Amino acid sequence: MYIAASRTSDLAAGTERKPALRRVAANVVALGVVSLVTDVSSEMVTAVLPLYLVLGLGLNPLQFGLLDGLYAGATAVVRVLGGHLADRWRRLKAVAGLGYGLSAVCKLGLIAAGSSVAAIGVVLAADRTGKGIRTAPRDALISLSSEPGTLGRSFGVHRALDTVGAFLGPLVAMAVLALSLGSYTSVFFTSFCVAAIAVLLLALFVRDRPGSVDRAAVSLRAALGLLRSKDFRRVTVWAALLGLVTVGDSFIYLLLQRRWDVAATYFPLLPLGTAGVYLLLAVPLGKVADRVGRWPVFLGGHAALCLALVLICGPQAGFWLGVVALGLHGVFYAATDGVLMAAAGPLVPKALRATGLAVVQTGQAGARMFSSVLFGLAWTLWDLRPAVLVAAGCLAAVALAAALVRPVRP
Amino acid sequence: MKKIILAFAGTLVLIAAAVIYVVSSRPDTAAALPPAQLTLAPGQLLYRDVSTGRIASVPLDNPGAKPKVSGLRCDRFAVAKQTAVCLAVEPGTLPAVTDVIVLDDHLNVRHTESLGGTPSRARVSPDGKLVHWTLFVTGDSYAATGFSTRAGIYEVETGTLVKTIEELAVYKDGSRYTAADVNFWGITFAADGNRFYTTLGTGGKTYLVEGDYSHYRGKVVRENVECPSLSPDGTRVAFKKKVGDGVWRLSVLDLATMKETALAETRSVDDQALWQDDHTVLYGLDNAVWSVPADGSGTPRRLAADAASPAVTG
Repeated sequence: MYIAASRTSDLAAGTERKPALRRVAANVVALGVVSLVTDVSSEMVTAVLPLYLVLGLGLNPLQFGLLDGLYAGATAVVRVLGGHLADRWRRLKAVAGLGYGLSAVCKLGLIAAGSSVAAIGVVLAADRTGKGIRTAPRDALISLSSEPGTLGRSFGVHRALDTVGAFLGPLVAMAVLALSLGSYTSVFFTSFCVAAIAVLLLALFVRDRPGSVDRAAVSLRAALGLLRSKDFRRVTVWAALLGLVTVGDSFIYLLLQRRWDVAATYFPLLPLGTAGVYLLLAVPLGKVADRVGRWPVFLGGHAALCLALVLICGPQAGFWLGVVALGLHGVFYAATDGVLMAAAGPLVPKALRATGLAVVQTGQAGARMFSSVLFGLAWTLWDLRPAVLVAAGCLAAVALAAALVRPVRP
Repeated sequence: MKKIILAFAGTLVLIAAAVIYVVSSRPDTAAALPPAQLTLAPGQLLYRDVSTGRIASVPLDNPGAKPKVSGLRCDRFAVAKQTAVCLAVEPGTLPAVTDVIVLDDHLNVRHTESLGGTPSRARVSPDGKLVHWTLFVTGDSYAATGFSTRAGIYEVETGTLVKTIEELAVYKDGSRYTAADVNFWGITFAADGNRFYTTLGTGGKTYLVEGDYSHYRGKVVRENVECPSLSPDGTRVAFKKKVGDGVWRLSVLDLATMKETALAETRSVDDQALWQDDHTVLYGLDNAVWSVPADGSGTPRRLAADAASPAVTG
């Protein structure tokens, strides 16, 4: 009896493999669920916005495209500000909540804006501001709630949950449109309710940064001092350099479409392919990153993108090659998005975690924006294939350099 | 435990609020009139009844009369001779799929093409043989604001479909123009069914392209001309001229002299104008159909309220 009992407990401790969800901190799962619900809300709006603008309001969507770059720039500034204020006030949860709340209210703003182009522009900008504010405090909470050794898995779980929301959003929007017989404001109102549920879940189940932190550390000067830390500076700079040679999503999908003549009807499904692979691989690759080192996995993700570019441009054009290229694009996301946060987190003092992560994200996002402009230019000047091959070459060179320099010890 | 109850209660309240909103915003279908049977007999102004989405008809010489409303739902509508075209978003498709529905003179369906995108413009060539349209297409869900346009043509008699005229060989200043970012929108055909005009958008600018359909080539004839509409006599183009970000002035270009005339409508018009005859153009603005003289004189006159996408039979 006695022996049998001890054996069972041994077995339980040794061999039972708990699902990944249970082996990450409850706080990370809570944040993941909040992100999932929020993504349902925001993807609902994203899915119907074109229809609403063109058919609901009779507006010309091309005039919104022009403002896109402006928003992206503003988001970058807001992100660093949000991260820094969260650290400064030592209120990560509150600042993240502010971001989630602002985006939620913006859904009602879309209804209130009516058909005014200026008002819609303001609401969309505020929505993105909310996203900018919340990202860094949220990622800081994830990294502070996890054991340093399992950060990769924590971010993997969060990103996987987040992506599930992106899948569900369009489906919910379709259901609402069907039930309301085509009322766009119903979609926005439902989206608001869903976002409000996310804020409620955040308020109830997400705990603020655990443990006390050195109170003196958080000043603007200390934040700037972050960049004096060699390891952190290296990660930031290399992540930005890699961002600079990364070909943007929309280009990848355009390339796939041109090469494989994807019908316009199916074109919008391409991002779902990427998201599906991302969803499946976020946790496994996060775990691999915990085991073999985050930087190698991060670079491996860029290698996958490089391979995808070569496949897209290669001499062979077959259906399966396109599928493989799309899959590699998903691998790129799974191996880079959360993994970079897992790599950068431990390099930043706890008191400055949100600021630090915001700086890394902003550097990367800014570089990617710039690279989109460059790639667009190269495409126009040299035509498609040379532009892609040059981009793939640059990506390989920078990734190789980053592998040799090894800015982060694994 | 308390937290879980609170979360459940809050979620239920919010879901209930959403359901109530959704159900209460369903349009009242019981009040709708039985649909009228419309034909393309001359002398009518047809338009899209905005609140129901159905195609309605009033006499052109008495547009204030009570409209006859058909059962046909369209987001864009156009007619010429014995052919009509209806662009309608397929319900429940996200991203949107648009049905391009070709109709005969009793608005019976002759042919349907399903294409990805959101309806923007629709027209029928003056001879009734070509149906052409523009759709807005979104790239991917991660960049919600990345739009492009796709303009296509369907030959009613042969059944030939050109999904996009992107491959049109365009010449600018004598040399072939190729760029990755070309977008075409707003096609208009001449009475011969071969000469056409369209907008070419590239590099942040827009150009008027004069096309030759049988040779499938075109040349740039002017800058800053969008959504051209050729007059019945084929000598002038009504178009929207960009005067600021998101602000367009309805204007007419004389193709022989290249002289532009701004029309009396001073509000921004984002529509492909329609020639009622050689002296008057119609357009949709603020959920109404308006008419204004084509020579810059006069003032805009409202023909129909709660209306969009005007079409004239003749």
